[in-house]
Amino acid sequence: MTNTLHRFGNAESFRDDFIVFAIASRGKNDEGALEKQRQFLKMAIPFGPVNLGDARNGGCLRPSKAMNPTNHWNRDVTPDFEAVVNGLQNITTVAAVFDNRLKAEQFLQAVRKVDLGLSINISTSIEGAEQCCHAAGIPRHSVGYSLGFEGKVEKLPNTQVLSLMTMCGHGMVAQSLAKKMIDWVKEGRRTPQQAATYMQRFCSCGVFNPARAVRILEDARHRST
Amino acid sequence: MRIDPNKCVACGNCTYVCPMGAIYIDPVIKRATVDRDECVECYSCYNGLSQEHLNPTVVRTMRKVFQTLRLRFDPEPDVCPTAAFAPEDLTWPRIVRRAFSDPRVPHESTGVEGRGTEEVKTNDVTGRVLVGEVGFTIEFGRPGVGVRFRDIDKMTRRLAQAGILFEKKNPITTLLKNQESGEIRDDILDEKIMSAIVEIKVPLARTEEVIRLVHQVEKEVDTVVVLGVGVRCDEQGEDSIVLPLLEKLGYHPQRAKTNTGLGRITNASAAAPAKPEPVGAGRS
Repeated sequence: MTNTLHRFGNAESFRDDFIVFAIASRGKNDEGALEKQRQFLKMAIPFGPVNLGDARNGGCLRPSKAMNPTNHWNRDVTPDFEAVVNGLQNITTVAAVFDNRLKAEQFLQAVRKVDLGLSINISTSIEGAEQCCHAAGIPRHSVGYSLGFEGKVEKLPNTQVLSLMTMCGHGMVAQSLAKKMIDWVKEGRRTPQQAATYMQRFCSCGVFNPARAVRILEDARHRST
Repeated sequence: MRIDPNKCVACGNCTYVCPMGAIYIDPVIKRATVDRDECVECYSCYNGLSQEHLNPTVVRTMRKVFQTLRLRFDPEPDVCPTAAFAPEDLTWPRIVRRAFSDPRVPHESTGVEGRGTEEVKTNDVTGRVLVGEVGFTIEFGRPGVGVRFRDIDKMTRRLAQAGILFEKKNPITTLLKNQESGEIRDDILDEKIMSAIVEIKVPLARTEEVIRLVHQVEKEVDTVVVLGVGVRCDEQGEDSIVLPLLEKLGYHPQRAKTNTGLGRITNASAAAPAKPEPVGAGRS
């Protein structure tokens, strides 16, 4: 899963995008990992994440299989972090998404102290991750760089759509939905916050960053590129 | 995936949420329809749309009334009002579409969800990429384009010809006829999937060669490709070799996934990774 590595944007555009995630390796440190991952998720909540999720069940906003029709007028968009913690039933990848570096740094420091033994990664700009590690007193172990999109790039949409849809690296946020949400914000049919939550529900591992999406949608309201 | 025509009311919501653009309203039957050749079985429609369970006849009647009066109902865009999606029991070879497209389904070969790879995310525990080595992830189809195995086969063959071995704990590797030829099994070549990752590892000295080879093959495939480069940092947490090399080759990476090194082997039965298995050091 390179789900968060290939988000589209430059380093500046990742200023509000810090994903800290915990993963176990099969046969190496997966014994007892479920409870440790649950602890990781619980620990993240006080630090104010904008999303929290596991790779099997999704993030803090999820689709409903039995939606009440009245929800068209009064839909609850309150993030349910506790549901993410309680819904974790299998060892998987768990992630906490933060919209500023300080929160991510403080969370990383806290994770270091409890010594879960799981692999802990940060996905953000190269400099942002370096700064987080430095603040937590951790020398980086390994780095995976993204070299960007190549090949038939003419098949890709415009940069705003690309920025939104790549926040689910598994491709669950369709480019036509991202384009539609930009159009709806431009038309005034939905607020950027509402549009972000629609896309967020499609991200099935909970790493979509709604705060960054709102910023991109606000920007797209005034520009089309 | 199929859509039950008895339930569908042709609201069109699902046509926007399909990552492959494979759902359309059939003008003849006036129902949403899935283009089975383009559908990658990602289940984004089934899992991502909220579902109501309204009576289809009532909804169709209301929609006709609204249309006649030129009124526009403004429903939530991420809802299927009649729960019309009906997952199919997939069989081989079509089932590989779901394995490489629905991130909720763990790959049997690795036990990892998503694209089924660990890369350097667990390098602190596995020792997969050591100092002096470079790990590559070559991903096809991302974002939102999709790829057929036939295109991935072009890359794996060329890598094999160059004497590069493939990471064993990787879903694509399990679909190769053998490591030496890099050929992907014939019965899945026309299957389309959301994306897949080829993983290799080479000595540092072959970094430039691999990047140039990948760049060359990219021109022959009908999809997008994104390259990830994984390195082991030194004792001080620095990478003073690979990043400058990438910059010399004209790349200016902006984003990275950083392994903090907090992981350790805790399973009682697991041995320490003193001598990790060479996954792609090359035969030549």
